Amino acid sequence: MSKEENTIVCRCSDVTLKELRDLIAEGYTDYNEIKRITRIGMGPCQGKTCTQIVLRELSQATGKPVSEIKNQNNRPPVVGVKLKLIAEEAKEDE
Amino acid sequence: MNKKANVVIIGGGISGCSTAYNLAKKGVKDIVVVDKSYISSGATGRCGAGVRMQWGTEMNCKLAKQSIEFYENANEILEYNRDVEFKQGGYLLIASTDTEMEQFAKNVKLQNSLDIPSKILSLEEAKEIVPHLNTEGLTGAAYCPKDGFLNPFKTTDAFYQAAKRMGVEFLTHTEVLEIKTNGKKIEKVVTDQGDIITDTVVNAAGGHSKIICDMVGVDLPVYSERHQILVTEPVEPMQDPMVMSFSLNMYCQQTPEGTFIMGRGDDNEPRDLRTTSSWEFMDEMAKTVTSILPPLGELRVIRQWAGLYNMTPDKQPVYGRVKEIDKFFLSVGFSGHGFMFGPLTGIVISEMILGEEPSIDVSMLGIDRFEKGNLILEPSVV
Ligand SMILES: Cc1cc2nc3c(=O)[nH]c(=O)nc-3n(C[C@H](O)[C@H](O)[C@H](O)COP(=O)(O)OP(=O)(O)OC[C@H]3O[C@@H](n4cnc5c(N)ncnc54)[C@H](O)[C@@H]3O)c2cc1C
Repeated sequence: MSKEENTIVCRCSDVTLKELRDLIAEGYTDYNEIKRITRIGMGPCQGKTCTQIVLRELSQATGKPVSEIKNQNNRPPVVGVKLKLIAEEAKEDE
Repeated sequence: MNKKANVVIIGGGISGCSTAYNLAKKGVKDIVVVDKSYISSGATGRCGAGVRMQWGTEMNCKLAKQSIEFYENANEILEYNRDVEFKQGGYLLIASTDTEMEQFAKNVKLQNSLDIPSKILSLEEAKEIVPHLNTEGLTGAAYCPKDGFLNPFKTTDAFYQAAKRMGVEFLTHTEVLEIKTNGKKIEKVVTDQGDIITDTVVNAAGGHSKIICDMVGVDLPVYSERHQILVTEPVEPMQDPMVMSFSLNMYCQQTPEGTFIMGRGDDNEPRDLRTTSSWEFMDEMAKTVTSILPPLGELRVIRQWAGLYNMTPDKQPVYGRVKEIDKFFLSVGFSGHGFMFGPLTGIVISEMILGEEPSIDVSMLGIDRFEKGNLILEPSVV
């Protein structure tokens, strides 16, 4: 394995470039499928770092420009919020 | 694309993938699975993926028990190159009224008669299993160590991979628009990518099952409703079982990665096909979980999402043929617990298609039960 392939592409879920490339080679060319199998983009950063890398790899493998590859849905919340704080605010609103 | 198939399965969730796998294993050729999006894009890839034997009807107990026994060996049976990540940490069901405790006692008696190792626990015993449980306001608990949780994507992927190896064709990003019939016979399935000539169709379209039935004029008494769920940041392992309450309408589980996944039902949810996220859910979920499991208040929520429950009047699935159309099979109406029945769904539907002797009698789950009024209501759902 080349040194580059040991590179961690998703720091939240510990996914290497090799794992990503292997999955693409197996035929997983949908961002959402890759996300679901590896948890890329599911961690606390919500894909802020890894999404671009995955899109670039998919683009190279499929020959489609990055703009044509369907990205993951951005889901709330944008930054992590403690459950306790949400509960307290919700009670105050009552 | 114009092709022929012996069987077309509509839906690439756990039900469709398990059915494809079982049919292929029985030697059926030319099976096509069609999904309008990607594999696991429906409820399967959005679900809590909890599996439990602790049910209130005999049928649900049996389906769940046999499915869980399959899941225990899924990696080997499906020869999977990854791991379905089965964590068999049990389910702790908590009761907050005496009536609920009476129901638990009835359920446990039924479950034990079917060799399910569940038992009633005192609040002290419950706290031994989940030390951070706030027992204030609770009346007791029930527990089964065989229950647990899997990775829903990988579990479905395992069926998908095994089916693909046996020659099943998967057409993703392909939407079924119409089913053409001639009298009672199916002639072809029309998709946005072309036609598939076939006389046999399985409706495994999850939340969209009614739309598929409408295509062939079958009146399916189900509706869909949104259910929401969230995940927290990961922490050290601290909770083995799923903690679930029917009266408080919630469940909460720590995954093997350390994250907590939790969801709740909302009685005011409209019947439609939305899968958007709401603030109300986040507020109510946070209030409920911090009162039952207080230390979880320290955890940050990192993502929330939603999926569809496909509900039947008695909260049990619909399996089998319809009287209007030949060779049209239903695998729908899972009412929020179709992931855990996945292995058995594939077995029963494939046996029905091939006219084999059923390995488990599910005739009471046919669509005709609604007409006849033979409903046995499942009491234990969130
Ligand atoms: C928040 C939440 C939590 C849940 N928790 C649990 C749990 O803990 N345990 C449990 O057992 N169950 C749980 N469930 C229920 C479970 O997810 C479902 O019962 C199960 O996944 C249903 O699987 P399925 O394959 O039948 O349907 P789905 O997974 O919904 O698959 C149906 C597929 O059909 C496709 N489709 C629909 N219409 C068309 C069309 N016209 N053409 C082509 N394709 C089409 C869709 O794209 C979809 O992929 C939960 C559900 C939700 C929403």
